[in-house]
Amino acid sequence: MGKILEIKDLRVSYHTYAGEVQSVRGISFQVEEGETIAIVGESGCGKSVTAKTVMGLISTPPGEIKSGSQVLYFGENILEQSEKEWERYRGAKCSMIFQDALTSLNPTMNIGKQIMENILNHAKVTKEEARRQAVEMLELVKIPDPALCLKKYPHELSGGMRQRVMIAIALSGRPKILIADEPTTALDVTIQAQIIDLMKDIQKKLGTTIILITHDLGVVAGIADKVVVMYSGKIMEKGDLNQIFYGHRHPYTWALLNAAPSLELENKQQLVSIEGTPPDLIDPPVGCPFAARCRYCMNICTEAEPPEYVMSAEGCRGQEERGSREEHRTACWLYHPDSRYQDIEFDKEAGI
Amino acid sequence: MKTEKVILEVKNLKKYFRVDSRRVLKAVDDVSFQIYEGETLGIVGESGCGKTTCGRTCIGVYDKTDGQVLYRGQDVHQMNKVQKKEFTKQVQMIFQDPYSSLDPRKKVHDIIAEGMRIHHLVDSGAQEVEEVQKLLLQVGLNAEHASRYVHEFSGGQRQRIGIARALAVNPEFLLCDEPISALDVSVQAQIVNLLVRLQKERGLTSMFIAHDLSMVKHISDRVGVMYLGNMVELAASRELYRNPLHPYTQALLSAIPIPNPEIEKNRKQIHLAGEIPSPMNPPKGCHFCNRCSRAKDRCRMEAPVLREVEPQHYVACHLQ
Repeated sequence: MGKILEIKDLRVSYHTYAGEVQSVRGISFQVEEGETIAIVGESGCGKSVTAKTVMGLISTPPGEIKSGSQVLYFGENILEQSEKEWERYRGAKCSMIFQDALTSLNPTMNIGKQIMENILNHAKVTKEEARRQAVEMLELVKIPDPALCLKKYPHELSGGMRQRVMIAIALSGRPKILIADEPTTALDVTIQAQIIDLMKDIQKKLGTTIILITHDLGVVAGIADKVVVMYSGKIMEKGDLNQIFYGHRHPYTWALLNAAPSLELENKQQLVSIEGTPPDLIDPPVGCPFAARCRYCMNICTEAEPPEYVMSAEGCRGQEERGSREEHRTACWLYHPDSRYQDIEFDKEAGI
Repeated sequence: MKTEKVILEVKNLKKYFRVDSRRVLKAVDDVSFQIYEGETLGIVGESGCGKTTCGRTCIGVYDKTDGQVLYRGQDVHQMNKVQKKEFTKQVQMIFQDPYSSLDPRKKVHDIIAEGMRIHHLVDSGAQEVEEVQKLLLQVGLNAEHASRYVHEFSGGQRQRIGIARALAVNPEFLLCDEPISALDVSVQAQIVNLLVRLQKERGLTSMFIAHDLSMVKHISDRVGVMYLGNMVELAASRELYRNPLHPYTQALLSAIPIPNPEIEKNRKQIHLAGEIPSPMNPPKGCHFCNRCSRAKDRCRMEAPVLREVEPQHYVACHLQ
């Protein structure tokens, strides 16, 4: 599997009346072809902005992609593309589905037209052929009676069906990457399970790379291969699924995983709550952004930004080496080679 | 359950909404249950199942279509003015959306104090200030927050203000309608811990409506599952999650994503075909029959009633 997407030191800001909101503050990660990578974080952590950058949807102004940022698609920096190239890229190489299918679909056009529009834009085919492909796409996303669905308008469909239509439209240009921005947040659990299954199924059939953006760690556990945990515009921890769920080393990841009640938990037991709120990104704190809410905060945390440490099973292995394979990395001072807390076990009552 | 005293009794409650001259939406269709003093009853179900309507009708926000709701033996929908006023002091509500449920033109102090003024719970302005400050501290805010407006607060803080407002009149019953679904995971835990703590401290009885099953299990003593206006299963929360008897409850529980990759991988999910039918036109017989893999002819003909199949475990299903 090759690298399909590589994001290097991405920084995105929005200029508002209140000042410059630094939504994404220097993040780097890579995506391998055919895998599912989940970007997890709370609202305002910059996960959607990252996705929009990859799709070229940051409007400037008010947005600004800082110089030095790179998004490499098969080694090519797409941030330097012309608008024409973007048009060929969107839909055919990379596609996106959104949280709210009702507002993302065009209410004045029937489903058939909306799918065919995308097909006709990207391939030189006749209308008949486009219609045939549209039916095929609807079959792929398991819509019963696709021919009838072509004639329907978005408001005539249920939430789950709309999300299926969205996926069909997104996939109709046969993109290599599918970005799913909170695709199941607006859906009920039983429908959510259907959509997640559909996405897994499609990946198996088409080999699409999926970038899943979500705050629901349960969804992540069921579908992702790799996980990136973001907090206030920075990556706190990244690694493969098992590393993040069973071997997480960042206090934020730990807190996030333990904040949701699990079904095994005793009733009314105290949940791990992260006191306070995320920092204001107009004036982000010096040092680690999570320091103010962290039980394991040390003096250094509020003074200098933690570098990413490569984690290994035995503990930390020193600072990042250039060009190394992507591994389990944690941006936390606890894992500085001189730190006394390298083998720290997180606990509800504990702290430093 | 601390005591076995029934505080709220709902008998065959129906709430229909007239959509137009021909169609009627049966949001709550013949639901009966009881809430005991000091307990938390959770109500879960997917959107459109009638859980919010049920909650609101129970505390008299909506008029009922048929049936009866008794609060401490008194019919909620047939109270006179004096009784109604006393009832609104006893029963308070926390809303889902912390943005639209607080008046943006009022200061936090006035939002919280309004109830106290209406019910003459304070004698002087100084006492009022003191009470408001006490409440703010109780819900984890600062005393100086009282002089601010709502827009200056984050979602979690607003929900705390909403809780302080509800507690201001010293109620004994709280209706929490999806109080945490608009919040981030880390903030959800703060609010849930707060609610659990306050409930213990004040001995509150509450009805907790949500669609997040793991959260409902966490906070409730008993849980009722609703589907298309009917209560399909009602049991103690541990019992319900350990031994779900209704096919819908089983499917619902198996659909919850669990943040544990090992479990996720090896788990067999029960897949529900299709989606919730429109409540305007529910299927005949058992409302769940068209999505149920075990539906028999009888299920399509005759609606099952909620009955006790195991001690304190009620199910509405012909198969049990």
